[in-house]
Amino acid sequence: MALMRLTSPHAHGPMSTQRVMQYVLLATVPGIIVLTYFFGFGTLVNIVWGCIVAVACESLALKLRRRPLGFYLKDCSALVTAFLLCIALPPYSPWWLIAVGIASAILLAKQLYGGLGYNPFNPAMAGYVILLISFPVQMTSWAPPLGTAGDPPGVWQALQACFSPGLYDGVTMATPLDVLKQNNSLLIEDLWLQNPQFGTFGGLGWEWVNLAFLAGGAWLLYQRIFTWHAPVAMLASLSLLSAIFYDGGSSASGGSPLFHLFSGATMFGAFFIVTDPVTSAVSLRGRLIYGALIGVLVYVIRVRGNYPDAIAFAVLIMNFAAPFIDYYTQPRTYGHSGNRGGK
Amino acid sequence: MRKTYGFHGGIHPPENKHQSVRTPIADAGIPPELVIPLSQHIGAPAGVAVTIGEHVRKGQVIAEAQGFVSVPKHAPTSGTIHAIEDRLIAHPSGHLAPCIVIVPDGKDEWIECVGTPHYETLDKIELLELIRHAGVAGMGGAGFPSSVKLSIKAGTDIETLIINGTECEPYITADDVLMRERAEQIIAGAKILRYIIGPKDTLIGVEDNKPEGIAALRAAAQGSGIEIVDFPTKYPSGGEKQLIEILTGKQVPSGGLPSQVGVVCQNIGSTVAIYDAVVHGRPLISRVTTVTGNAVREPQNFQVLIGTPMRYLLEKAGYQPEKNRRLIMGGPMMGFTVPDIDVPIVKTTNCLLAPTEAELPTPPPAQACIRCGMCAEACPASLLPQQLFWFAQGKEFEKLEDHNLFDCIECGACSYACPSNIPLVQYYRASKAEILRLRRDHEKAEASRVRFESRQQRLEQAEAEKEAKRAARKKAAEQRAQTAGTDTEEDPIQAAIARAQARKAAQQTGAEEGELEKLEKAVVSSRKRLDTATAKLEQAKSEGSDLVDALQTGVDKTRAKLAAAEQALADHQQTRTQGSVGDKPPADAARAAIEKAMAKRQAEAALSPAEKARADLAKLRQRLQKTEETLARGKANGDEEKVIVALESTVVRLKEKISDAEEQLQAAEDA
Repeated sequence: MALMRLTSPHAHGPMSTQRVMQYVLLATVPGIIVLTYFFGFGTLVNIVWGCIVAVACESLALKLRRRPLGFYLKDCSALVTAFLLCIALPPYSPWWLIAVGIASAILLAKQLYGGLGYNPFNPAMAGYVILLISFPVQMTSWAPPLGTAGDPPGVWQALQACFSPGLYDGVTMATPLDVLKQNNSLLIEDLWLQNPQFGTFGGLGWEWVNLAFLAGGAWLLYQRIFTWHAPVAMLASLSLLSAIFYDGGSSASGGSPLFHLFSGATMFGAFFIVTDPVTSAVSLRGRLIYGALIGVLVYVIRVRGNYPDAIAFAVLIMNFAAPFIDYYTQPRTYGHSGNRGGK
Repeated sequence: MRKTYGFHGGIHPPENKHQSVRTPIADAGIPPELVIPLSQHIGAPAGVAVTIGEHVRKGQVIAEAQGFVSVPKHAPTSGTIHAIEDRLIAHPSGHLAPCIVIVPDGKDEWIECVGTPHYETLDKIELLELIRHAGVAGMGGAGFPSSVKLSIKAGTDIETLIINGTECEPYITADDVLMRERAEQIIAGAKILRYIIGPKDTLIGVEDNKPEGIAALRAAAQGSGIEIVDFPTKYPSGGEKQLIEILTGKQVPSGGLPSQVGVVCQNIGSTVAIYDAVVHGRPLISRVTTVTGNAVREPQNFQVLIGTPMRYLLEKAGYQPEKNRRLIMGGPMMGFTVPDIDVPIVKTTNCLLAPTEAELPTPPPAQACIRCGMCAEACPASLLPQQLFWFAQGKEFEKLEDHNLFDCIECGACSYACPSNIPLVQYYRASKAEILRLRRDHEKAEASRVRFESRQQRLEQAEAEKEAKRAARKKAAEQRAQTAGTDTEEDPIQAAIARAQARKAAQQTGAEEGELEKLEKAVVSSRKRLDTATAKLEQAKSEGSDLVDALQTGVDKTRAKLAAAEQALADHQQTRTQGSVGDKPPADAARAAIEKAMAKRQAEAALSPAEKARADLAKLRQRLQKTEETLARGKANGDEEKVIVALESTVVRLKEKISDAEEQLQAAEDA
């Protein structure tokens, strides 16, 4: 029997792309549980329906591009996009909203560019922004958290909300970030006392949601799925800016660092969106810059912009800048003197 | 405790070293046949110094070093030279290479070995010469001749001598067992190296996964001033550049040598070989090789003769061919698959790895790069492998060079870490080869451009000179005409006419005589030349000079010329007699010549294709011989490299043409 001829290395590490994606999916579980606890089954229904649409879109695109279905579907990247987008969407979103969002993410933002690895923009965030601009009402109607407006809806109601939106008349409530944005007369302290949406240090419920995503992110870090650079830089710059402009809690205050860290999609964004390898900077120094600038943009848009939360916009803007950052932050090669960026 | 430094990146693949260290080094014995490739190292191949059928003794030189970066080859045991022919060797390309085949006689008789236990009595140059004569070449990686590596440019200050006992590749334990069993020899070898190099510090660097080896070395090094430094296990800390950084904190400049940062490195195996060469006078004829992998029943280390077929060694370790689909020489990270199980062990064969499919599975198809950066984290050269991959796919060679592709040491850490199973190193290797090819092409084109331009210039210059001369002549003639015109009126014209008439008359009467005379002269001079050439040939033959062949062809040629001249003379005489008999006008001589030429053409046309091909072949062979002679002369005279290269390429081209011609001949004969 002829011997096989292969080039080195012959050994391969345990990590695979499929496994990376599965780890990311697994790490979202604590966040999803907490979201469901505080806001009811809406997010879960979102995710199930979103995954079905995502796999369908991915299959369609692969079929049109004449690629083997099984080989590409098994990398689980479509599921990751669906999970991330559906977590970001308000619970009890109608089925068509989810379908449009997922289709935009998978077909426009990912497959049109050549599929996994070739997309310049984070697909989930691209889908999110398309929905936010197109359907602002539906996209800003968040359900009230547990303990403010009676019991959250059950499974049946959640399904009804999704698939026959006309029949379901859900209750919505402004999110803590909305409240802070609308405020122009109250001191932070009074705002806190007068609105039921605020919790101990972040938004009510939101603080736990953020803690859960932080835990998931920490586990991914421990598993070395990504490096600490981008998320830590983002959280640091966000905290720094909010500390500088806290203004002693006056009526013009942008909110405390703690509030910013544990409200809205901060932790979810830091550990699940900013860390998307395909669309972020690659070099370690580049990741620091990339993360820090996202933090700055998040703060600026949250406090000064038109939208209450800003992760999606900040990330997309920085996606543009990632190749540029990479070019100027190339590491110093062994045996070379000085950094070589920008030559 | 010496401070050690880290290096960027690295990976921790499963070590798999325990399997092969359970038993001491075993002697592999003498196989039924030994195959010694003439080139086992970087640099020029050795030149054969034996003939077929000759009996050689163990340690006898069978091939001489040729050039500076080359080492001789020695007979690994006593026996008979069975063949000198091209065989398949352990090389990733799977090509054939010239080898000397020895059939051992089983007596294992040594030549007389003269050792120098008191090496301090020799100076450095003599020691280096001794090491070179013993055929010691790097036994870890590329097999660079040790004597070359140790020849430090004068004036270079070497601070640190490093003996590399890292052995960071998984599975391999050849250096590990040497440290355990022959620590004294390693230390003795290190002392010899220290004497040659004269460094401030002599260090032996070992990864901390070899505690037994470290303990043995420390015990042997007591009081010697040689320090054993251990450091955390991480692949590829055994890479020369990485080890230097670990032990000294310094980085070898890109494209530079370790001596530029005051460091010289030697491998453990080479250190023992140097000890053997100097103290016992024994050449490098055997080495320690690890045979391991789940497709062998008893993984272990062997002391094996260079040239032993891999099959023989594998069978000693209980090889199970049915379980083994790829056979790797070296480790799983940087080793290469050998083309055939019968290729011989060479000086750089530190390991034979016979894995099962489950142990090292066939790589699955590559997925898309997700730019996760795990490769960049693993890269010991701090490159951006994902970026290089991107450029390699697009064949953007300038960008590749700009991103320092040539600093890649091909350690394979990036490919190992890649979650998408992309064969990154393969892309880099291919790109490097392509870039080097382009560079060569470019250089060639540049050289021919220069050549063309200088030729053009020369021609123009010659033309200009000619033009100037012509102008000068014209001017002079005009001047002369002027002065003549004034002095002697019609005389010159008359005189010229008279001269022309006289010449014509003389020609008509003496043409035949003149022709005859010329031909006779030609015969005489040819004969004279033949005599001198023959005399020279005789002399050369008696002296045994290399020029005999050349002279022989010279003689043959002159003889042919003489024959032609004689023939021409005879023809002429014949036509003259014919002319006198048949009263033909003398102008017929010219017609006869034309007829002769036509006849020759016809004869040529009448030649069969085979004869024609044969004639062509003969001509080509003659040209080849001539070119080779010029080449040899050029080499001997130390001509410019360009000239040599050009001649060499001509030789190659002629050889190709000859083989084409041979084919044609074959075809013609078949037809």
